[in-house]
Amino acid sequence: MPMSRGTVVKKAFIKSLPVMAAYVILGMGFGILMTDRGYGPVWSIVCSVFIFAGSMQYVTADMLAASVSPLHAAVMTLMVNARHLFYGISMIGKYRDMGPAKPYLVFGLTDETYSLLCDGDYPDGRKNARLYCLLVTLFDQCYWITGTVLGALIGAVLPFDSTGIDFSMTALFVTVFVEQWLSSKEHRAALTGIGAAALCLVVFGESDFLIPAMLLITLLLSLSYRGKGGRNG
Amino acid sequence: MDRTTHAIVLIAVVAAVTLLLRALPFLIFSGKRQAPRYVVFLGEKLPFAIIGMLIVYCVRNIGFAAAADWVPTALAVAAVVVLHVWRRNTLLSIVGGTVLYMVLIQAVFV
Repeated sequence: MPMSRGTVVKKAFIKSLPVMAAYVILGMGFGILMTDRGYGPVWSIVCSVFIFAGSMQYVTADMLAASVSPLHAAVMTLMVNARHLFYGISMIGKYRDMGPAKPYLVFGLTDETYSLLCDGDYPDGRKNARLYCLLVTLFDQCYWITGTVLGALIGAVLPFDSTGIDFSMTALFVTVFVEQWLSSKEHRAALTGIGAAALCLVVFGESDFLIPAMLLITLLLSLSYRGKGGRNG
Repeated sequence: MDRTTHAIVLIAVVAAVTLLLRALPFLIFSGKRQAPRYVVFLGEKLPFAIIGMLIVYCVRNIGFAAAADWVPTALAVAAVVVLHVWRRNTLLSIVGGTVLYMVLIQAVFV
């Protein structure tokens, strides 16, 4: 017997709970960071509604404050969010029958939403599966926006000196780096990223090193692909 | 470009490129067409490398003229690593490291 609507809603909510705490806190960090950079609640909310990409929004706060060019922003987004291409590739089959919900599901395929929905363990029946995926994605974005609003409001009337709050962005990336390091045996790509970026920082200076670093990283990783292809025929 | 226009353009660009990346596989590889091996390979490797690059990006401004220029960042990064290896709790690692950094630059290395 297919689940009732209420059961689907409940299942989706329970599934999304682990993301709630993370998104509210990280969203707050983003809201505070934006305020710290001189961009108020409206800007933060616009970002969380239309971009909806955790680490990229932290980078966006920085790019806004640094007045970078749109081209720079596009290349940066391309590199930071390239991983989403591969979430998409692995969800093509699972999202095939999502009908009118599909555009929003694709838009909302963040790291965390992907991690909740990639198991393909949806309620039986096309309608229930659609509703379930839609709700998990929507709940996640609601947590993210809630955190953003809280952070943006707190950031404006922070009862303590917020100098140094921008370290949360560094901390976020270091945490992701350590997490990836611990969950993988292969560290060449991680070391390539740090090494190539550090080299380009020294050579090109702090305002111009990112694009050369991205090119160098792609080149170095591609070399190891060719090597692998050669060995495997 | 004034500040507001710049912000609107920049947010629109970031949102559009992000959406494009999320939608592209569904547009290209639906049906029978498979993703090329090179694309899949880059997809596996890039996240590791880009996060490393972003860490360098975050610490790009530090100098080495005085201890106060780099010691707080170094200590706080070390704290995040230790906390995360120890508990593997993302929120604890981020909040712990950030609070330590704020204390260091506001109270210790002033």
